[in-house]
Parts: sequence; C-alpha cells; structure tokens
Amino acid sequence: MDNSVKLYLPTDAAHIQTLKPNTVVQIYGTLYTARDQAHKRIAQALKNGESLPFDLHTAAIYYCGPTPAPRGKAIGSCGPTTSGRMDAYTPLLIEHGLRVMIGKGVRNAQTVESIRSHGAVYLTAIGGAAALYQSRVTACELIAYPDLGCEAVCKLTVENFPAVVSVV
Amino acid sequence: MKIVDSNKIRSDVAKLITECLITPDRAVTNALRRIDTDSELEAAAAALIVENNDIAERERAYCCQDTGQAVFFVKLGDGVQCVGLRDALDDAVRQAYAAARKSVADPLTRLNTRDNTPAVIETELVSGDTLEITYLAKGAGSENMSKLYMLTPADGVDGIVRSVVDAVERGGRNACPPLVVGVGIGGVTETACTLSKRALLRPVGVLNERADVAQLEKLLLAKINALGIGVAALGGRVTALAVNIEVAPTHIGMLPVAVNLQCHSLRHGTVKY
Repeated sequence: MDNSVKLYLPTDAAHIQTLKPNTVVQIYGTLYTARDQAHKRIAQALKNGESLPFDLHTAAIYYCGPTPAPRGKAIGSCGPTTSGRMDAYTPLLIEHGLRVMIGKGVRNAQTVESIRSHGAVYLTAIGGAAALYQSRVTACELIAYPDLGCEAVCKLTVENFPAVVSVV
Repeated sequence: MKIVDSNKIRSDVAKLITECLITPDRAVTNALRRIDTDSELEAAAAALIVENNDIAERERAYCCQDTGQAVFFVKLGDGVQCVGLRDALDDAVRQAYAAARKSVADPLTRLNTRDNTPAVIETELVSGDTLEITYLAKGAGSENMSKLYMLTPADGVDGIVRSVVDAVERGGRNACPPLVVGVGIGGVTETACTLSKRALLRPVGVLNERADVAQLEKLLLAKINALGIGVAALGGRVTALAVNIEVAPTHIGMLPVAVNLQCHSLRHGTVKY
C-alpha cells in the first residue's frame, strides 16, 4: 500500500469525484467518531433543528467505538464498526451535508443511492485492524455525548490511515 | 469431592481474558501470513491484519476495539465443588474489562452496564472431577450476522448447504472476513445455536471426526470461498478459513441449522482445574 493515493481531510465534492472505487487511500486529517447511539442523537437533533457537536459539511465520520486510551497513548484500539447499522440515519446526515464516511461492510441500496446522488464517498477500513489504526491516530479529543462511554463523539487526527474507496 | 478455589479462578480467568483480547488465535494470523491470492487488494488487506496482530502483541494493545461480550463455556465435573464460581467469572470480567471496552447494554434502554457484565455462561455437566472454563470474546459485527434456520427433514443435506451459504452470502461482508464459520445441526433451537458457537472453538484445520460431517465441512468451505467476498470483504478467494460443524440428534420432524459467523479476531482460551 506504499504507492497509494493520499486523501487529506476535510476535502470537497470536486476532489471526492476524483476518487476511484477499489483503490487504497491513506487518510490524513480530521475524523469524528460516531456509531449507533451518537447517530440516533444526531438524527434527532437534525429533526429538532438543534445544533450539532460538529459541522456535518466539513466532517468525515468514522464509525468507531474505541477501547479506553492506555497511559501515554492518544486513543485505545480503534478499528471500524459495521457501517450498515448506521444506514437508518445516513441519508438524513448526507442531506444535511455529510460527505465522507469510513467504516466496514456494506451499505444498503438507499444509502448507496444517497451517497452517489450527493457526491459523497464511503470508504472501507479494515475490520479488526484496531491496533494498527490506533498507531495512526495522533490526537483524540472528546467533543460530545460523554455519557455514551465508548459511543461518545471524539475528534481524531489521523495520518497514514489506510482505507479503500468503496462507494463514490 | 474435589474443591476448587473460586479466588484462583477469578485471577486466572481475568489474566486469560486480557491475553486473549491482545493475541487472537495464531492459526488465523499464520493463515493470513501465507495467503494464496491473485488479488492485490486482498493481499494488502491480509498484510494489514497481520501487521495489526503483530502491533497488538508488541504493544500489548487489544487486537480489536470490539472486545466483545464475554462468553464462557464451563464444563463442570459432577465431582467438583466450586463455591462462588458464578461471581468469580463476573468479577474476572469486571477486572479484565476495566481497561477494555465496555460493550454490554440493556436491550431496551441501551444503558451501558459499564463493566461488561453480565458474562454469558453456558454450563455443561460432565462426569468426573475436572472443571474446564473456556472464554470466547464475541463481538457484535460477526455475531449480528449469525442465523438460525428451522428446516424440515425433507430439506436434507441440500437444505443445510443452501442455508449455510445463504448466511455467509448475506452477512459475511459485515462479519470481518476471513471467517471461521460455526455450524450447529440438530437438537432443538438452542442446541443448534450453542453447537454453532462451540464449533468455533475447534482448531482451524481440524475436521469433524465423523466422515460424512467432515465431507460436508470441506464442501461448504469450497462453496463459501467461491462467493468471492475475500479478506476484509474487498473481493478475493479467502472468505473463510474453516467451516466447523457440530451435530446432535434432533426430533423426527425437525432439522435446525444454526450458523455462527466468527470474525478473524478469534479470541478464545481455556483454563483447567
């Protein structure tokens, strides 16, 4: 994966359209972790017209619930979780500006359609490679929903973070 | 009557859990190290998983962030007395998961129990004076893709093959392949489900002792790998490393088939007393 494409985040719609399916990218920049319960809250906030913990227009969401950070590390083990569980919420988030999602597994037809029609991208991270992804996170800041424990929203800074372009 | 001290079990099992969560079954890592594929993407994914498992061992990090729900298979000899065993297992979970991810919640309110308890404990009563405790970390990604098929006797072996391939075709991409596919056939509903999970504990590459069942395991492995899902579901020829089938007698009117998908982070271990 040494000759892979670098993807710097945040990115824009024009750059997303240059990404080719089934190519490996190395991601650099900012990701926000969110999984089941955070998605439920974000969707509820959107429906209620409330403000969100981060700006969806520039955000990349990483479907992830890390283990606690050991002493001296920015984060614990942090591989991707199954993206399909977020399909119930994803089209709504995309309508409100989300363009980059990273997780593992397949998306349903409605989500794929929503990703394609809005010029968004879904990248597959390697499921189970949590210690490797931990080694690619340089900073982690808890920014919302601390009561959710491992499901809280964290802002991550990553480098050399491998993923595969899957839906674009 | 042999007496086993539950305090010793508490400390042994806590250590066992931590070691299992760091180092997955070496048979899986070894299989990925020598993967035979013509897909660059599949080879790259396999190399990343091998690198992950190497980093986990070197840094003593959890190989997967989904440190799972703790499942114990307890073989309790009828000549053994172990007062406090249930609490010892939950305490071991509490202790070991203090540094791991707490992934257990109420099914309705979704409120996290905050210490990864309760453990799931399956007890099998056996003759003799030994106590054997096997731990299996079960993550949601693969467990969610597991299925139970209540077939009829007329469905026969063809129906079993169709069901197992269907489960992998539908759920395999989400279950972190390469998989170990556990299949439980027979008994009543829970027998099939339990057998499908116990089947995951059989070493990769060891076939069922019954020749007809072993034949079925080989046939299913070939069919599953022909699906083309591949490592990390990026397309390829290694969707599963093994299909392990366990069988039990069933009712004359039934043919239950349970399929339990296990991700490549196969984390299990056993202590014996």
